[in-house]
Amino acid sequence: MSIISRGFRGKRRDDSGRVPPGQYLVDDFPVLSAGPTPRVPLDRWEFAIDTEAEQTHRWSWEEFMALPAETPTVDIHCVTKWSKLDTTWEGVSLDVLFEDVETAAEYALVHSYGGYTTNLPLEDLLDGKAWIVHRFDGEELAPQHGGPARLIVPHLYFWKSAKWVRGIRLLNEDWPGFWETAGYHNYGDPWREQRYEGD
Amino acid sequence: MRRLTWRPAELVAAAAETASARTLRFRVPGWPGHLAGQHVDVRLTAEDGYTAQRSYSMAAPADGDLVELTVETVTDGEVSPYLVEELRVGDQVELRGPVGGWFVWRPESTAPVLLVGGGSGIVPLMSMIRARRQAGSRAPFRLLYSLRDPDRRYYADELRRPDPGLDVTYLYTRSAPEHVSRPARRIMLDDLAEGGWPASFEPDCYVCGPTGFVEAAADLLLALGHAPERIRTERFGPTGG
Repeated sequence: MSIISRGFRGKRRDDSGRVPPGQYLVDDFPVLSAGPTPRVPLDRWEFAIDTEAEQTHRWSWEEFMALPAETPTVDIHCVTKWSKLDTTWEGVSLDVLFEDVETAAEYALVHSYGGYTTNLPLEDLLDGKAWIVHRFDGEELAPQHGGPARLIVPHLYFWKSAKWVRGIRLLNEDWPGFWETAGYHNYGDPWREQRYEGD
Repeated sequence: MRRLTWRPAELVAAAAETASARTLRFRVPGWPGHLAGQHVDVRLTAEDGYTAQRSYSMAAPADGDLVELTVETVTDGEVSPYLVEELRVGDQVELRGPVGGWFVWRPESTAPVLLVGGGSGIVPLMSMIRARRQAGSRAPFRLLYSLRDPDRRYYADELRRPDPGLDVTYLYTRSAPEHVSRPARRIMLDDLAEGGWPASFEPDCYVCGPTGFVEAAADLLLALGHAPERIRTERFGPTGG
């Protein structure tokens, strides 16, 4: 049973069922990260997928930019409670990047320039559910938002959408990432409000 | 497995910090305790069942079942104006936490600490200062507190009292009191070089404030040679409320 807060009414915004429980809508784009913003020069940037059989698939910035791009429009939900609707991005679907990757692994550990990590089941990265993006709202992705390139996995809380992404390691066993070992939920489904460990 | 549950929280004391910020002390039966720097979710429920929740940093270390927050009211916010202007002693809200295992200071740590706060970003840093005092820690602390003008100061009386091993420097960005020689301006390299620790001391750096401030301060710390893994950041957007 909830406690009623005397006199509280709130500001209600019609969101047509697009805002998960406990979230509120914003129009700006707040920034969250645990440390300083890494600066990654494009001539030293690379993205790699390492399989459980120790096969590595690697892309330079040039090779990455030559891949077929998509422009997803998605709603994003941050565990700190804000949601932002209809955000527009440009980047490469993980389906494209995984096209030649042979794996039987079930788990992925995403890692970033600067040392950040986050984990999720591999299936949550495939079938049109995730992208490596380099543009936001028609502009180059700013460093504080994860530029030059970040992962977006919009159906999970946004900490899974690793900024400054550098690669994905495929694993037979789940390996909790940075926030997942600091009290946050291992999976992070906003519609089930899986914010913290045990939710 | 640990599970964070919503707990009833009764406001037992409140005091204004500034014209727009208020410190709230709640009694939360069964509160599991917390570390300095952690935050908590606050949930408000309207009579018809509509709810809104937000996260706020705790302003003080664990003290039995008491939880202390300082909340800055956000223009057009949903939760903060209620907490700052409406909530009265004896009223109830719900709390869930503690949350966050990264932006924390532990009393057993002996490393020098540099705290860099912008505006309401002082709140979790104050919790660390209070935790240090409460634990009788001798870890040397320096606080650089950037704020618009003297009327925006949180915890003014407490930070004025001598606290051996803690140095406090105010960095005014719009208007400074007359006795201050530093012109009002945004945080710069010299401020961190003079008021902070040399990188060779390997201090733990905690930077908290609005995004632009945190980006600037963290970049300056990197430029001074501090290792990125020793710079912990927490950002308070104007978004929130």
